[in-house]
Amino acid sequence: MIQVPQAASSTTGVKTSDSKSNTARILDVHDMTVAYHQRPVLWDVDFTLDEPRLVGIIGPNGAGKSTFIKAILGLVPLAGGSVKLFGTAPEAQRKRIGYVPQRESVDWDFPVSVLDVVLMGTYGRLGWFRRPRAADIAWARECLAQVGLADFAYRQIGQLSGGQQQRTFLARALAQKADIYFMDEPMAGVDAATERVVFALLKQLRAEGKTLLVVHHDLRTVAEYFEMVAMLNMRLTAAGPTAEVFTPDNLRKTYGGRLEVLDAAAEALRKKQRSD
Amino acid sequence: MLDLSYNTIVVLLGTSLLGAGAGLVGSFTVLRGRALIGDVLAHAALPGLCLAFLILGRRNLTSMLAGALVSGLIAVLLLTLLRSATRVKDDAVMGTIRSVFFGGGVVLISYIQNRSVEGSKAGLDSYILGKTAGMIAADVQLIGGVALAALVCIVLLYKEMQLASFDPGFARVQGWPALALDNLQMALAALVTVVGLPAVGAVLVAAMLILPGVTMRFWTDRLGKLLLGAALIGATIGGAGTLASAKFSLLPAGPVIILVGTFIFVLSMLFAPRRGVLARAAALRDFRRMLARQKLLAALYTFCEGPEGDDAWLTDEEIAATLEMSPRAARRVVYDALLSGALQPRESAKGTEYGLTEFGWEHAILIVRGERLWRLYLLEHPDLAGQLVDLDLTKVDEHLPADVVQDLEAKLRAENRLPETDASADAYAAAHRAAGGGP
Repeated sequence: MIQVPQAASSTTGVKTSDSKSNTARILDVHDMTVAYHQRPVLWDVDFTLDEPRLVGIIGPNGAGKSTFIKAILGLVPLAGGSVKLFGTAPEAQRKRIGYVPQRESVDWDFPVSVLDVVLMGTYGRLGWFRRPRAADIAWARECLAQVGLADFAYRQIGQLSGGQQQRTFLARALAQKADIYFMDEPMAGVDAATERVVFALLKQLRAEGKTLLVVHHDLRTVAEYFEMVAMLNMRLTAAGPTAEVFTPDNLRKTYGGRLEVLDAAAEALRKKQRSD
Repeated sequence: MLDLSYNTIVVLLGTSLLGAGAGLVGSFTVLRGRALIGDVLAHAALPGLCLAFLILGRRNLTSMLAGALVSGLIAVLLLTLLRSATRVKDDAVMGTIRSVFFGGGVVLISYIQNRSVEGSKAGLDSYILGKTAGMIAADVQLIGGVALAALVCIVLLYKEMQLASFDPGFARVQGWPALALDNLQMALAALVTVVGLPAVGAVLVAAMLILPGVTMRFWTDRLGKLLLGAALIGATIGGAGTLASAKFSLLPAGPVIILVGTFIFVLSMLFAPRRGVLARAAALRDFRRMLARQKLLAALYTFCEGPEGDDAWLTDEEIAATLEMSPRAARRVVYDALLSGALQPRESAKGTEYGLTEFGWEHAILIVRGERLWRLYLLEHPDLAGQLVDLDLTKVDEHLPADVVQDLEAKLRAENRLPETDASADAYAAAHRAAGGGP
């Protein structure tokens, strides 16, 4: 039997894990609530990770998957709860974080080359005022080669296909040399070749002992790609090893049935707020 | 001949430096899609300028520009507040704030000019459309200082500003103060706008920020070159506009500078390689011709697959009928194909007939293969439809993984619909021999 480390709990909050109690947790999300205009997007989410894992974050559209990542990274404010990365505030761990935002979040007509974008991954280590040196450029090229875009270094980013743009973002995250990676739908709308490159990279990074949290939309490939899943629909409906947690029952809780219940709950809350 | 008196040189230096600073700072404004904020700022600067004059009771450029900066920034702050507090659309908020502040400024100017002799001599109305003639060395120093500050900030913080402009979210995750960098860009834009008021005027100074950046974007895909080029273009239009305005002394400088800038912008928009309107039209035309040529070759190839065998020769009219084109369009395609060496003519009883050359035949095989592979691919992977399919039918292998192509080819081959290139036929035979099968 493989001993699966305590991964997450949606009901009882933080549990202590037997062997790891004295070393810092990789990720500790406690009672996270995020709201846009007083409307909850995430509600009392508890999620902990003690050991490096390749985690898929799944859930229906508008379930708060991206928000979950952005809240951990401090890109959206918490309405309640707390986040710790490697035992401290995420802000103190900037250099250990790699990030792949959604492809649609930037203007691809921006006048930069593919290599320029990948170099941005090294900026965190460079610090203020210092420009990338030859060694940084060589490293960025190496990262580009890893995603199969070595020949595209000097293209303007708008001339790439969607899949190639996605791979550029991945190369930039690789260039960060991080310990924990957050990826927002890296396989959304990409071609088969890119999906394979992405998956191979996820596995490789995992083999190097990195932790990866990946927002994923394609339920067909979840079992193949991820050793752990976190199922979100405003609340964390289930989290744990894929083999145990990725079940029809939990899927129904996340995607069907429960959805209406939570909508009703959100609606009730909105009405209450209005009357208050 | 131009009379380059001391005065002219001072003014020329002032407007060129202003143009360079505006080009540098404005490029970022344009890239962030914030060009209109510069316009709000400029219009809203007018009442602050007048109030500073009223409070001081005399004309003092530095204090008046400080007043202009304050009221401009108040307008931008108001804009941000209204945007987050109400559901009024952005453009409506901007339009309203700009008009209200500008209206207030114009009223104040009339009031000042009617109130006293000194007021009427102050010439505050020149701040609406700009007037370079009165520029003195101190003004140029001010403009130069602002331009230098912009240059120093952008050179030092090039990497940071590039990142924060392209992907603020990623910048924040890396720990950069994206908001502060944003505000720095805004502050620089505000400073350039305000020192540009006397020369170009409140109505047009925003165009000075916008024009160099959008013009230069036609010529380059690199941020560094964009910034450098925009600074040069800005300096050029500032200088050229001033000279033109000095030569015809009745013309206000602002409009002349903007017209010169617009002239360069229009030239770039039309004639820039790749991004220019003409280059795009030419590329579209070439693309359409390539599609038509592919269609012709594919049609001739398909014809050969039929009972007529290899001996397919068609006249202009028959080609037009097969391709469902007008005779004129068909003649055009045939002409293109003849030029590319894919088609050869022969004289027969029916008139001139056209058939594929050896080269045309090989090319047609690639095209038909590509077309059939794409069709099959779309049938088998409807969920990925459109993400990979390329209209240049000869490039299937660049877009699809090799194993997918092999799979599709096997299916076509089973239906005997795969046009075999010599290379792939050889590989096919070799594979069969290796597997111990027949030829």
